[in-house]
Amino acid sequence: MTDTSSAPNTPPRHGTGAAVQASLARRRRKQIALQACGIGAISIAFLMLFILVASLVSSGYQAFTQTHVTLDVFVDPEEVREERLPRGGFDDVLAASLARMLPDVDTSDRATLRQVERILSNGAQFALRDMVVADPSLIGQTIEITVPVSDPYDQLNKGLIDRETPEENRRLKDEEIAYFDALKESGAISKPFNFGLFTNADSRFPELAGLKGALVGSFWALLTCFVISFPLGIGAAIYLEEFAPKNRVSDFIEVNINNLAAVPSVVFGLLALSVFIGWFGLPRSAPFVGGLTLALMTMPTIIIATRAALKSVPPSIREAALGLGASRQQVVFQHVLPLAMPGILTGTIIGLAQALGETAPLLLIGMNAFITSAASSPFDSATALPTQIFIWADSPERGFVSRTSAAILVLLGFLVTMNAIAIFLRQRFERKW
Amino acid sequence: MNDMTKFDRFVGLNETKISAQGVNVFYGDTHAVKDVSVEIAERAVTAFIGPSGCGKSTFLRCLNRMNDTIDGARVEGQIHLDGEDIYDPKVDPVQLRAKVGMVFQKPNPFPKSIYDNVAYGPRIHGLARNKADLDEIVEKSLRRAAIWDEVKDRLDAPGTGLSGGQQQRLCIARAVATEPEVLLMDEPCSALDPIATAQVEELIDELKRNVSVVIVTHSMQQAARVSQKTAFFHLGTLVEYGDTGQIFTNPKDPRTEAYITGRIG
Repeated sequence: MTDTSSAPNTPPRHGTGAAVQASLARRRRKQIALQACGIGAISIAFLMLFILVASLVSSGYQAFTQTHVTLDVFVDPEEVREERLPRGGFDDVLAASLARMLPDVDTSDRATLRQVERILSNGAQFALRDMVVADPSLIGQTIEITVPVSDPYDQLNKGLIDRETPEENRRLKDEEIAYFDALKESGAISKPFNFGLFTNADSRFPELAGLKGALVGSFWALLTCFVISFPLGIGAAIYLEEFAPKNRVSDFIEVNINNLAAVPSVVFGLLALSVFIGWFGLPRSAPFVGGLTLALMTMPTIIIATRAALKSVPPSIREAALGLGASRQQVVFQHVLPLAMPGILTGTIIGLAQALGETAPLLLIGMNAFITSAASSPFDSATALPTQIFIWADSPERGFVSRTSAAILVLLGFLVTMNAIAIFLRQRFERKW
Repeated sequence: MNDMTKFDRFVGLNETKISAQGVNVFYGDTHAVKDVSVEIAERAVTAFIGPSGCGKSTFLRCLNRMNDTIDGARVEGQIHLDGEDIYDPKVDPVQLRAKVGMVFQKPNPFPKSIYDNVAYGPRIHGLARNKADLDEIVEKSLRRAAIWDEVKDRLDAPGTGLSGGQQQRLCIARAVATEPEVLLMDEPCSALDPIATAQVEELIDELKRNVSVVIVTHSMQQAARVSQKTAFFHLGTLVEYGDTGQIFTNPKDPRTEAYITGRIG
């Protein structure tokens, strides 16, 4: 806009200034509006996250403690005979001991004894049995034992049963509440951290149910998934990115890998059901099969992440190595792959975190079975964390409500930890070019 | 330095190291280099000049078959190194590149230690029998690249932590560590400041005692300063090739004259 080239319709300089001024205000308004939208969106997202976590914590925190009762048990030689172990009237022994701790209980009335016995978890007699079997000299002695109370009393202790409710609508009768209050009065009731949530496998009884089976199952499944999808995914990505000729076939493969990453997980479950279980005859409900299925799903994620990581290594490094006479394979394995590793690991961890939370394919291969022991190998039946949540959410007992939330919190804890590791790796090892 | 180059010019040039006959390069449908024939002298500096996109870098990359690594690139014609066709199917480009080293426009040290940068070539080619050998090669190469005194106390420091000029000299050290007979330099000073440029130019002058250097440059002053032979490329063709003094003082082709006087480019 110099004078020499001035066209007749060029506006004078001060006019331009005014126009810029006017547009400046408009541009600034747009900028502010955009920022407001962004802050609004983030606020809504945070609010939702807060509501989610708050509701889980509020319903799940109770499951991290468990009401226990401590009682002095006289191992009556009449009921428990050494020669008949491991069989014996352990439940009667416990009931009698408990009844002695309560005032005004007719210990000769079997109906009352049964009622008293129901304070204890069904697992209590087995705990006592195991102790006596391990050490038969306990027969005839009085031993102190701390066992979980059954679910209704746990609920009562945690204040989840309203004492104001009419007796007929309540799970515990006035009499039963009185027993419990008496026990509490005597100091026999405690509410320690619920280690059973992590050391017990699943159970029909909420007070005994734990996540060990699910944790072990998820561990085996993820291990299988990692061992299979990591090398295969990286291998495929290296070949596609570094060695494959760029033609229609490789384009087709690339499109299909991207599509594969978007296939609904339930489809992989059906595939696994018919191929791994149907054709190969692998065991149902096994974490190994779960891991194979998850590997199918994780592989596209790993391939895509690895290719992106390989692509982000600058061509100058490849040229430098090639120019020195390195072969292509040396360029890839000595230069490109080490530099891409942080990105690959980040993508892999995020893929595994996704696999950890995946439910649908595991349901289809039967990993939602009711299994009361932890798997000792990837070929034993097991559940996984998300399927355990699914099972518990489906259970009618009140005690499973809080356990479901607690299990979700445990799962979220694992996911957050894995993602934190991924972020740490990225921050720590990412290279700026 | 100027006296030196003048002296070389008068002495005349040595025998041919690389001979290219009718070289054509295609990138897909693009005809990037058109029928270029050139003879590159041994133990001399040959400069390729010309405007951007004239094919000089592409042609340079034919000399160590770096174009092989680009998808869709096709090279026709004959290039002989010491009388041997480098595009012969029997020739392994890996071996060729050990003989014909390359230095790139942007300094590109590996993100490894200075020592490992220089030692990489000798290691992959098995040039050192033991650690002492390798140490010696690294020191010799760094000395040849005139960077030894600056880095001898921190050979374990990452090569990427050096300044731009030092990085480029490190790359030159890395390239000469494999004892190449030819060193290709693709605008080695375009990312450097004038002081670093002067250091690299001095180095090129040193290197030509035992290496044939081919340098692509945008700077005509640089070509005039460092080279004995100059080739002028325009639109993919070799317009003129001759002694540097003659190209810059008495060009035969009007296009060369237009370029060196700044009318095209």
